[in-house]
Amino acid sequence: MAITEVERRRGQLAALSIAAVVIIVGVPLWWRTTETYRAWLPVSQIKDLAKLQLHLSADVEVVFARGTVTPEQQKKVPLTQTQDEEHTVDEDTTLRYRYETKYRTATIMEEDAMKKPTAAEADLSLHMLSESPCGSLVVYVIPESSSLLPEDVNVYIGQRRTALVRISAQMRVGKTLEQLLAQLEPQIKQVLQVMSFSHTDITVALSDRVRFRPGNKESIADSMRAFKSSPGYEITFSLLNPDPKSHQLHWDIEGAVQTYIQPLLTKLSPLANFSMDSQTLYYTMLGVTPRFDSSFEAYTLNADSLAHVINPVEARLGSNAASSNPVLNFLLYVPDIRHSPLYIHDHRKQEVPSNAFHSPRWGGIMVYNVNGFYGSETEFPVHVNINMAKVMGVFLAQLRLLLGVQSLSPPPGFLVAPCGSTGLADWELDRLMWSRSVENIATATTTITSLAQLLDQIGNIVINDNIAQQVSSAVTSLQLAMAELEVGNLGFALQYSKEAILASEKAFFDPSLLHLLYFPDDQKFAIYIPLFLPMCVPILLSMLKIVSEARQRRREKQAKKE
Amino acid sequence: MAAHRCSCWSWLLILFSLSVFVVADIHETTPVNDHHGGVDHNAQTAEQTADQPAVEERRWEATEVKEAATVDAAADIQGTSAPETVVPSSVPQPKDDFQEELVIRPLHSGDIYASFQFRTLWDTDFMRENKVSHYRLFPKSLGQVISKFSVRELHISFTQGYWRTMQWGQPFIPSPPGAELWVWFQDSVTDVDATWKELTNVLSGIFCASLNFIDSTNTVQPSASFKPLGLGNVTDHSFLRYATLPREIVCTENLTPWKKLLPCGSKVNVPPFTCAFFFLKKRGTSMPSVSVLSFLLTMFSEQAGLAVLLKSEKLFHSSFHSQAVHIRSVCQDWQCKTTSWELRQTLNSVFDLHNSGQTKREWSLFKMFSRTLTEACPLASSSKLYIDITDNPQGEQFELSPATSLLSQAVVLGDRRTFSVYDLTQETTFGTVRSLNLLIRWKSNEGEMLRPLLHAERYVAGYGLQTGEIHTLMYNNHPYRSFPVLLLDSVPWYLRLYIHTLSVTSKGKDNKPSYIHYEPSKDRVKPHLLEMLIQLPPNSVTEVTVQFERALLKWTEYPPDPNHGFYVGSSVISSLVPSTVAMHTNSTRERPLFSSFFPCKEESSYFVRIYTEPLLVNLPTPDFSMPYNVICLTCTVVAVGYGSLYNLLTRSFQIEEPNPGLAKRIANVIRRMRGVPPL
Repeated sequence: MAITEVERRRGQLAALSIAAVVIIVGVPLWWRTTETYRAWLPVSQIKDLAKLQLHLSADVEVVFARGTVTPEQQKKVPLTQTQDEEHTVDEDTTLRYRYETKYRTATIMEEDAMKKPTAAEADLSLHMLSESPCGSLVVYVIPESSSLLPEDVNVYIGQRRTALVRISAQMRVGKTLEQLLAQLEPQIKQVLQVMSFSHTDITVALSDRVRFRPGNKESIADSMRAFKSSPGYEITFSLLNPDPKSHQLHWDIEGAVQTYIQPLLTKLSPLANFSMDSQTLYYTMLGVTPRFDSSFEAYTLNADSLAHVINPVEARLGSNAASSNPVLNFLLYVPDIRHSPLYIHDHRKQEVPSNAFHSPRWGGIMVYNVNGFYGSETEFPVHVNINMAKVMGVFLAQLRLLLGVQSLSPPPGFLVAPCGSTGLADWELDRLMWSRSVENIATATTTITSLAQLLDQIGNIVINDNIAQQVSSAVTSLQLAMAELEVGNLGFALQYSKEAILASEKAFFDPSLLHLLYFPDDQKFAIYIPLFLPMCVPILLSMLKIVSEARQRRREKQAKKE
Repeated sequence: MAAHRCSCWSWLLILFSLSVFVVADIHETTPVNDHHGGVDHNAQTAEQTADQPAVEERRWEATEVKEAATVDAAADIQGTSAPETVVPSSVPQPKDDFQEELVIRPLHSGDIYASFQFRTLWDTDFMRENKVSHYRLFPKSLGQVISKFSVRELHISFTQGYWRTMQWGQPFIPSPPGAELWVWFQDSVTDVDATWKELTNVLSGIFCASLNFIDSTNTVQPSASFKPLGLGNVTDHSFLRYATLPREIVCTENLTPWKKLLPCGSKVNVPPFTCAFFFLKKRGTSMPSVSVLSFLLTMFSEQAGLAVLLKSEKLFHSSFHSQAVHIRSVCQDWQCKTTSWELRQTLNSVFDLHNSGQTKREWSLFKMFSRTLTEACPLASSSKLYIDITDNPQGEQFELSPATSLLSQAVVLGDRRTFSVYDLTQETTFGTVRSLNLLIRWKSNEGEMLRPLLHAERYVAGYGLQTGEIHTLMYNNHPYRSFPVLLLDSVPWYLRLYIHTLSVTSKGKDNKPSYIHYEPSKDRVKPHLLEMLIQLPPNSVTEVTVQFERALLKWTEYPPDPNHGFYVGSSVISSLVPSTVAMHTNSTRERPLFSSFFPCKEESSYFVRIYTEPLLVNLPTPDFSMPYNVICLTCTVVAVGYGSLYNLLTRSFQIEEPNPGLAKRIANVIRRMRGVPPL
């Protein structure tokens, strides 16, 4: 009896130790070998990003020229005011705009500058005096007697970051400075709407995060026209010559690009990198055969058919082999002799005077007729030198639209200075930078949050260290960009937002995420069962037996005690 | 000075306010009396149509040109703004030049060999600091490739079919079956392998081919076989990469992008039939003849010149098809002070005319390409058609119509050939029908062909799936000259070459190679590279054999079940072959006596590169349902072993009383029934 008891005891111990080995060694071993490597991600910070609270702040300086404030009022300046506006775009996105307005009186040098004969010159010399940083504005309040502005103009918006506001007589009814400021405020607000960010711009820029409510078609059209924010763009000019037998075309594209396009792109260089090239394509026909319109004595292309024009041409344009940036195509089409002259008609069957059209997020096409060179005894081929000034004027306008420089119509009483040789005013660049920073932030946050969501949902994806690093750098850049926006450092904000978008895209499109070790659960069990079932069942059974025996013994002991 | 500038400004302003179109937005161009509702309605319908994504994917908008922007910008070009003008007769010489030519050679086998060459020359330097970005005749995509990847020389070919040297002679431009790519990079490239990888990916996009399958396992750096063909005597072969994809299948999707690179070779837009018949009526023809039909087709096609003939449905209906792109830098003039870039696009086809159900041996451009020629490419500085009539000096073999008096002689691949030349830039070439449909009518079938001096073949010998032997045979058919050849073999790593079994024999004797360059393979990293310089004795066969073992692959490396097997790329044999012209010292051809005394008076030897057949090898393939079976089997074995061990360890053993016998048990049952205690 004693021997059997010892035997039983030994058996129990053996079963227990095997179970212990399985649990202590086997389970961790199995766990370690089948685990997918997932680097640590800043999940909580990403969750914070899902709720986007953007603070945008702009510094505005309001400078009173001599004769606009009374001496009593003057005593109270300098003075700083802040205005906050809060908008809720949707449940996850809130916007807060803050204008920090500083009021001061003009310095002597500024007074001198404002004595210049024209507004443009005053604008230039004011700009020379103090270079205001990106995103900030200076509004000069000038007396009504000033001859800087024409009669019917109250506000002059310069080429840089300055505006001149003429104070009107009824504004000065109030005695105190506060009253004067209250009178001035609507006008300054209008100036801000034109020269700095406006709510519509920002909401359009947020379109990656926020779905548009239907009914807002015009702004959708505007937002769809411009290219998405990207770290670089390729601009391709193509001369389409479907009839090289009759036309020998010469275009001085190199010189024209240097003269017309390069200044604008240099100005836009903080926004993105641009590269330009050009090519000549022969025997490229439009996708639509133009119809002869006898009333115009010309061939016409209708606006409805324009969508079909480009597809066969696009096959020949070729993609850029050297980079993957979006391409802006500008086509100059010289119609062949059988379809010449060719005019584009709009929806109301009227000739489009520029003879050019553009397609949102794709580029523009211009038809250039050379039928003026056909004489009665013209010898073919005709050598034609293309007037690049005319062509580039159209392409430049298209380029501005496609890059999102909106030429909005100023409110009445406003005079907007014509943009200089660069084709872009400083404040236009600022506006673009505001909306691009916000757009980049919106895109980067959506990319990062959806990546985090995806990684969370599919547990089998391996997360490498470099992806984790990209994600964290994207998150840091995003936080920095938002902080800079809040402070009003527009240049840095744009820089950080670009870094954020680059890092987030890199993480999102990393090919290592595709190496998905995906095994369906049923297959896993099919492989595990032949091994685990015969091993685990005896262990489990003997465990059960040991437990039940121990319980029985305890019961017996209790019975004995009683 | 200021006054002068001021006047200049105002003049410009006036000029441009005249010449620039001042356009307002659609909405603004409406006349004032137009009621606004109508405008809005119009705008809305425009948007509605634009929203139909299937029909119109894009929203088209009239471009509004701001006057201010243009005028300001225009003010910048100080006085240089020339309005559109007819260029006077002194047109500035363009810096690029395009030439096209087609050579047709009737082969002795009865096939027709057609070889297109398109050459674009451009005097530019892609490696300058400010990169070249304005393209005219040179294709932009290739120019970008050259400048981005710092390519010194690039040769890419896609070939369907195998060139039969024994039947067809030497091709003008040889190429192996499948795809071949070799590139010399500039010395400025620091990471050649990464650049090569990126380049193959980009090229694979440009040519719609699987070049992205080129990786380190099929790339080699030949030390001697592939020297640059253009300028620059580079010897550092670390900047050279060579790869072949013998399995690549070439078809129309490769031809279309290749054609797109030609200035005159875009897509054909077939006109509606009504239009064609209108034209027929106008010309007063009741029955569309071949030439008229073809004329019509070319008239409406968006292409000109020789590119008209490149119709994929005919080109791929051939025994051999090879298209290639060669980019290199060449001298601009004979002094070679400046260099220019040359892009050569070649397309070679061999048409098998017996196969196409012909009873009469007759051949014409229309039959072969279903097009005739009507004009030269207007952009080409030269556009010529050559017919090889060397074997037909007196017209006894075939008849050529229309005949041409223009003859040209050239030494091609060591042989002096005579060609009839048709200059497509001349109006007279096309005759009265304004169409050139070249016709060859054979008179006799005879004709002997000179055997090519050098040719090679290759095969795999051996049985079973473990080992094998690669045999390469090289024939030197020259009667009395021996010459050296460079043999390049690139064998994938899964054939493990036993290099100690390498043997080279010619005429039954051991032929020791004077130079051997061997790089062993590394599993899954790089292939074997074997280069040898072998002297081929005259009139002999040289056999190179090497044994190999077939490797077992990992289970994910095997191709899907319905596969051909594993391809091994062609061997490349490069050689300077003695010229055939020099061989005929006792030539019966009519030649002046003074010209035929010294045997080596013309180029004594010429360069030939020939490719052997690719090999197809089977590798031992396991049964892929095995892993699960193995899992089940091993698990069962483990479970049985473990189970008995577990039982032994945990069971407690007791001595059981021996079982009573059957009789005793029965007796006990009976006793229990009777109520008597059991035994």
